[in-house]
Amino acid sequence: MKLKELIEVLDAEIILDNHGSDEEIPAGGAADLMSDVLAFGSPGMALLTGLTNPQVVRTAEMAGINAIILVRDKKAPPETVELARELGITLIRTSYTMYEACGRLYHAGLPGLGVVKIRNDTW
Amino acid sequence: MRGFLDLGLLKLETTLGKMAVQEITKVQELIYTTRVEDVMATDVIVVDPSMTVAEVKSLMKEKHISGAPVVQDENIIGIVTMTDILAAMEEGRLHEPVTMSMSTKVKTVVRDSVVAEVGNILGLKGSSRLPVVDRNGKLVGIVTTGTVTKYLLRRLDQSFQKNEQERLQAYRASHIFQDIVSDDTSVVLRFVVDDKDFSNAGKASSMIKKALQRLVVNPQIVRRVAVAVYEAEMNLVIHTDVGGEIIVDIRKDKLNVSAVDHGPGIADLKQVLQPGFSTAPEWIRDMGFGAGMGLANIKRVSDMMKLISEPGGGTRLDLVFDLKNS
Repeated sequence: MKLKELIEVLDAEIILDNHGSDEEIPAGGAADLMSDVLAFGSPGMALLTGLTNPQVVRTAEMAGINAIILVRDKKAPPETVELARELGITLIRTSYTMYEACGRLYHAGLPGLGVVKIRNDTW
Repeated sequence: MRGFLDLGLLKLETTLGKMAVQEITKVQELIYTTRVEDVMATDVIVVDPSMTVAEVKSLMKEKHISGAPVVQDENIIGIVTMTDILAAMEEGRLHEPVTMSMSTKVKTVVRDSVVAEVGNILGLKGSSRLPVVDRNGKLVGIVTTGTVTKYLLRRLDQSFQKNEQERLQAYRASHIFQDIVSDDTSVVLRFVVDDKDFSNAGKASSMIKKALQRLVVNPQIVRRVAVAVYEAEMNLVIHTDVGGEIIVDIRKDKLNVSAVDHGPGIADLKQVLQPGFSTAPEWIRDMGFGAGMGLANIKRVSDMMKLISEPGGGTRLDLVFDLKNS
């Protein structure tokens, strides 16, 4: 899905535009736990989250995530926007709840990451 | 627009030779994001309606131009080109006022329109100059295919230089293992991580990621290292009361990461290695961390992990990443 379609589907507002609207978003994922993002995030994906602290941007950087979508009408604090600007990450906000934002994107054809497995027996 | 654009792109492609394809799409981006006023020449040579064709001919020759707007009281009343002069000469009207020979249908462009619009007009009629006016119709500049091309080339050159700089730095860094000869060369990066400094947490990981990219390590391995180091860095920030140190030792074929602290230590090593086990306080959880996945993540992305700790004696986490397949 192209970034501009994603914005349309979510009725979203761009806080910080670091990618062209034709940027291809290969997949989406949603989490409020950053370790989950680090564990399951895939490069280039869009991350939907209700967290707005700068660590969300750091986490995206480490996981190779291009776009962060803040749900539930959250506003990004200045330090988060500043870090995103520095690291070239696109910030978007939508008024939909996490559930509905995910539902709309999935319905519109943005795939998720499939089945993931935590291996418990590695120790 | 297509005519001018295609011509423009073709010209640029020829001029720039091997410049990457992304630079060409950069041209498209530029013409839609640049305003005419940034491209136009402001020192416009204008013709007064009282001048004769012969006088205009001398002016053009002197100033090396092939056309100029005819301006009366700050209003453009016509445009005269070399073609008009030649026609007047053939018909023996050299000493008549230029107003008899100029064309009065003048296309203009407003100063805050985008460059793509200029291409539209310049391309359609094959005319090579376009007066630029402000919102009141007053002449403020002129654009020609020349001014546009010059501007685009300069901007492309700037972006090319920037990319080239980054490429050169990466090249120099990545050849350190060939350029510096020893029995075993390594690059060691050391970072001090302060405890409870949540806003700066991740800075070390960020720098490590950039260093590895510059060393042209395989992107997948860069990502694995970044995830592991970030989790380790968050652990130092969250769980120690004195902070700690992260040391990255990069060799030709492997990379060692150590996160060392003199914090409270870990009582039950088996327990902390269980996915989901966490001792993080509530405020850390509110910020999206402390889910008990940190060490599980680190274990998963690294090729080898060793955790040494005892209560009161600090903690040491050693990781190894294999770089051979990069």
